[in-house]
Amino acid sequence: MNIYEEDILDHYENPSNYGTLENPDISYEEDNPLCGDQIRMDLEVEDGVIKDVRFCGHGCTISQAAASMLTEEVKGQALDDVKKLTKDDILDMLGIPLGPVRLKCGLLALKVLKAGAYGMKGWPGEEDDEEE
Amino acid sequence: MYANRDEFHPLEVDRIRKDFPIFAGESPIAYLDSAASSQTARCVLEAMDGYYKSYRSNIHRGIYHISEEATAAYEDARRKIARFINARRASQVVFTRNTTESINLLAYSWGNANIGQGDEILLTVMEHHSNLVPWQLLAERTGATLRFIEVSDEGLLRLDDLDQLLTDRTKLVAVTHVSNVLGTINPVREIISAAHSFGATVLIDAAQSVPHLPVDVQALDCDFLACSGHKMCGPTGVGVLYGKRELLEDMPPFLGGGSMIRAVQRGRSTYADVPAKFEAGTPAIAEAIGLGHAVDYLEEIGLDAVHAHEQQIIDYAHQKLSEIDGITIYGPKPRLKAGVITFNLEGIHPHDLAGVLDTTGVAVRAGHHCAQPLMQHYGVIATARASFYLYNTMEDVDRLYDGLLKAQNLLARRQG
Repeated sequence: MNIYEEDILDHYENPSNYGTLENPDISYEEDNPLCGDQIRMDLEVEDGVIKDVRFCGHGCTISQAAASMLTEEVKGQALDDVKKLTKDDILDMLGIPLGPVRLKCGLLALKVLKAGAYGMKGWPGEEDDEEE
Repeated sequence: MYANRDEFHPLEVDRIRKDFPIFAGESPIAYLDSAASSQTARCVLEAMDGYYKSYRSNIHRGIYHISEEATAAYEDARRKIARFINARRASQVVFTRNTTESINLLAYSWGNANIGQGDEILLTVMEHHSNLVPWQLLAERTGATLRFIEVSDEGLLRLDDLDQLLTDRTKLVAVTHVSNVLGTINPVREIISAAHSFGATVLIDAAQSVPHLPVDVQALDCDFLACSGHKMCGPTGVGVLYGKRELLEDMPPFLGGGSMIRAVQRGRSTYADVPAKFEAGTPAIAEAIGLGHAVDYLEEIGLDAVHAHEQQIIDYAHQKLSEIDGITIYGPKPRLKAGVITFNLEGIHPHDLAGVLDTTGVAVRAGHHCAQPLMQHYGVIATARASFYLYNTMEDVDRLYDGLLKAQNLLARRQG
């Protein structure tokens, strides 16, 4: 399976929900110093539901496409459901397997979202290791 | 159209490729990451296999036949490496795990004993983290100061500053012979001689030079030199620290344990002579033996021929890659460097370049190449790097070129 599938390239070239919100309830930004990928997520939350979401940043195809897909997924969702999103959910959205280095590119958006919403600072998929 | 593309080649590459099992098969990989780790020659694999299959045992102090055989093979490897870098004596070659461990050994043992508050350590902006972080740690322990030789936009060391940077406080100059990112071959002989005139000790990080160029430690007159086996057709897990005899003899031990002692009592010990003093514990025996065969192999081919071959390839690579729109090639022109070409394509993250190239069977490295200060100098977060060795061909360059065009077609649309 090619990691440069059309679907991923489409999200990279024409990302959904790209930009910033004027008065976000939650705004968080982080980068991955190893490759310089950077993502900011803005959320508008009303009654515990994500009313609107925007992301911006720069980086490789995988990091930007995953962020775009994630915003589509969470828009309209209960904020609490974000907590339940896992590494595998991101891999399902991307529809491709990722090696260990590119995995961090794919997971950066979810990491930023969880850190912004819940202060969860770990990499998705590694939280269990931290608790052990 | 391209100079050098099809003219006489200094190496019989087709024959050399048969010496590397990884290139057997229908569609071999275009392996352009030898600066990170080279491929292993078959003779090296066979030598290690021979140890494991017929005389596997621990070295030194063994009274039985195969242990004596293992000891002889291990010490023979030391002699081969000493000859390869023209060390006066085999005992000046200390086996370590790799260049990083060699430099850490030096920073702890020699550094703790010789560096103090107010002393200066002179490095360059193009050092690999392995020749930077150990000195940062030493500076934290001792209160010494780090200073840096800057890099020009062309990727050369700015040695016009050397007169100001070297002072009586300069106790150590630690500099890379060949940049792992830019390929720049630094004029280390001049640097060593200038440093010595201020009484400074000099370490050469030769991880990228010993595998690719003839290196003569006596001609250079360096005090210490470090290199890694896995970048020179040898196995992982074995490296070398060379040092001048009196310096090694004066240094306190690094790791304590078996092999490095002469006599041990409850409260104190006396230590073995160099090099055993620095080789505590059972070393990487098979790997050291393998490395001995790797340098035999390289010596037979000739490092001059290896360098000439790499020159021809990067000359062609520069011509060919320069045709690509939006490419930035970092570092000096081919004549001033070893077989490395580092670049970026406008609008495409180097990880994506490496990712697309991988789909076409071309292996390059992308990232900061363990040289973040150099990346900061160029104002980039990462670059892509293709590095070449004796087994690479002009076709490998063509495959790199084709893969980059593919990446551009696939990924650069967002820009347009």
